[in-house]
Amino acid sequence: MSNFWHWYIIIITVGTLVATIWFLLWTSRLRIPSTKEEDGSETTGHVWDEDLRELNNPLPRWWLGLFWITIVFSILYLVLYPGLGRYEGVLGWSQSEQYEQEMAQARAAFEQRFGHFDDLSLSELADDPQAVQMGRNLYAHNCSTCHGSDARGARGYPNLTDDHWIWGGNPSQIEHSVVQGRQAAMPPWGDALGEDGVTRTAVYVQKLAGKPVDETMATAGRQNYMQFCASCHGAEGKGNPALGAPDLTTGVYTYGGDLDTLRATIRNGRNGVMPAQNDLIGETRARLAAAYILSLKENGSGTGAQAAE
Amino acid sequence: MAHEAIEKNVGLMAVLIIVVISLGGLAQIVPLMFRATMVEPAEGVEVYSPVRLAGRDIYVREGCYNCHSQMVRPFRSETERYGHYSVAGEFVFDRPFQWGSKRTGPDLARVGEKYSDDWHRLHMMDPRAVVPDSNMPAYPWLAENMVDPEQIQHHMRALKRLGDPYSDDDIEAAFDELVGVTELEALIAYLQGMGTEWTGQDQTTSMAGGSE
Repeated sequence: MSNFWHWYIIIITVGTLVATIWFLLWTSRLRIPSTKEEDGSETTGHVWDEDLRELNNPLPRWWLGLFWITIVFSILYLVLYPGLGRYEGVLGWSQSEQYEQEMAQARAAFEQRFGHFDDLSLSELADDPQAVQMGRNLYAHNCSTCHGSDARGARGYPNLTDDHWIWGGNPSQIEHSVVQGRQAAMPPWGDALGEDGVTRTAVYVQKLAGKPVDETMATAGRQNYMQFCASCHGAEGKGNPALGAPDLTTGVYTYGGDLDTLRATIRNGRNGVMPAQNDLIGETRARLAAAYILSLKENGSGTGAQAAE
Repeated sequence: MAHEAIEKNVGLMAVLIIVVISLGGLAQIVPLMFRATMVEPAEGVEVYSPVRLAGRDIYVREGCYNCHSQMVRPFRSETERYGHYSVAGEFVFDRPFQWGSKRTGPDLARVGEKYSDDWHRLHMMDPRAVVPDSNMPAYPWLAENMVDPEQIQHHMRALKRLGDPYSDDDIEAAFDELVGVTELEALIAYLQGMGTEWTGQDQTTSMAGGSE
């Protein structure tokens, strides 16, 4: 803050305060000639509309007292806290410092309660009831927006209570998915396959899941599948967790398994994103949330239903 | 008598009232208009791209500010949930700012890149599809309405006149960028950019009244 603004603020603030004090003193001293009426009231002698008289009663004392209290408060405040230009106040208080203190306290408390979880593996965490309970709260706050409060997912967001894991369901894979995030990359095949090719391939994908389909279409679709899809989803459609390519034989779909949805998926591709929780809530918390998800898997869907309550 | 002179002269009284009530603003607001942290963008903060600007207009039109604020305050309870607190330099291209004053829904100052584009699309079409207990209305018409490129070009010209660094080429090129863009796409582009340019990397501009 430049000298000019420093003094500009001080002069206006202090000047206003001084002017207010002077004004209070001036108005309390100033008397206008008043007349005693027959009923004992004082009036200024002003009369309007024949009989409207202006009384000259003083303000109540408590009311006047409030004016002085606000002035005393302002002076105390300006001495203790920053308010006059660069002057920092006797207490040396600042908003950012208060914030930093608040954060430091919270970090210390967090270390104390959560610190020891960093030494445990994800499987150990999933067996620790306290860790799972914390993970469940973290899940509710950070994950349920997409995966649902019962962890059963939604269209475009995988169900976490079943046995189908797009990116793999062992502890290290789950930990990676939650902490580091995942970025699916299914390219759009519409241009390469053409609209008929897209339909044929979609029919074959349905056949992979054991749906009764038109065999001629499926056989034709199989050729397209082997050429374009098998490199990620595998020749048998079993998928590849390392690439996030789902198993197509289970009949469990992230975006839907009806023909139109499958065609849209093949035509336009899918690029689902799991954000890296490491950047959002930190590694310790992210691992606890992952432990909760792992516990859902290990305890079957029972815990998942319980979480929804 | 002075008192009588003021009481009987409305013009004089008005002038004196204006003087008295402007004192607070003169001391608190005017100095801020000349501080670098208030008028210069924080590190990384860029002027709105045409698509994001169009999305911002839709945000204002639909009254999103009635339920969503765009201001993370410097309290732990807020920064734990939303991210780094907001600083003045993040809002220099916001005309008018969308700080809002009520949070029926969550703060959006740092919602950018928190969810995927797909999530936002589902959420705008039907909020209950992804957040079962949401009470946000659906905005399905955004997917059908197209952005009007010429209107955004007018908007950019107006902002340029106010000092935003758009070049004539930018405004020229905006037309092609905006043709065929739905309002939904524009709004999502706006949301996905929110609070992502400055996230606390440049600590010297942190907090409005930091020492200089």
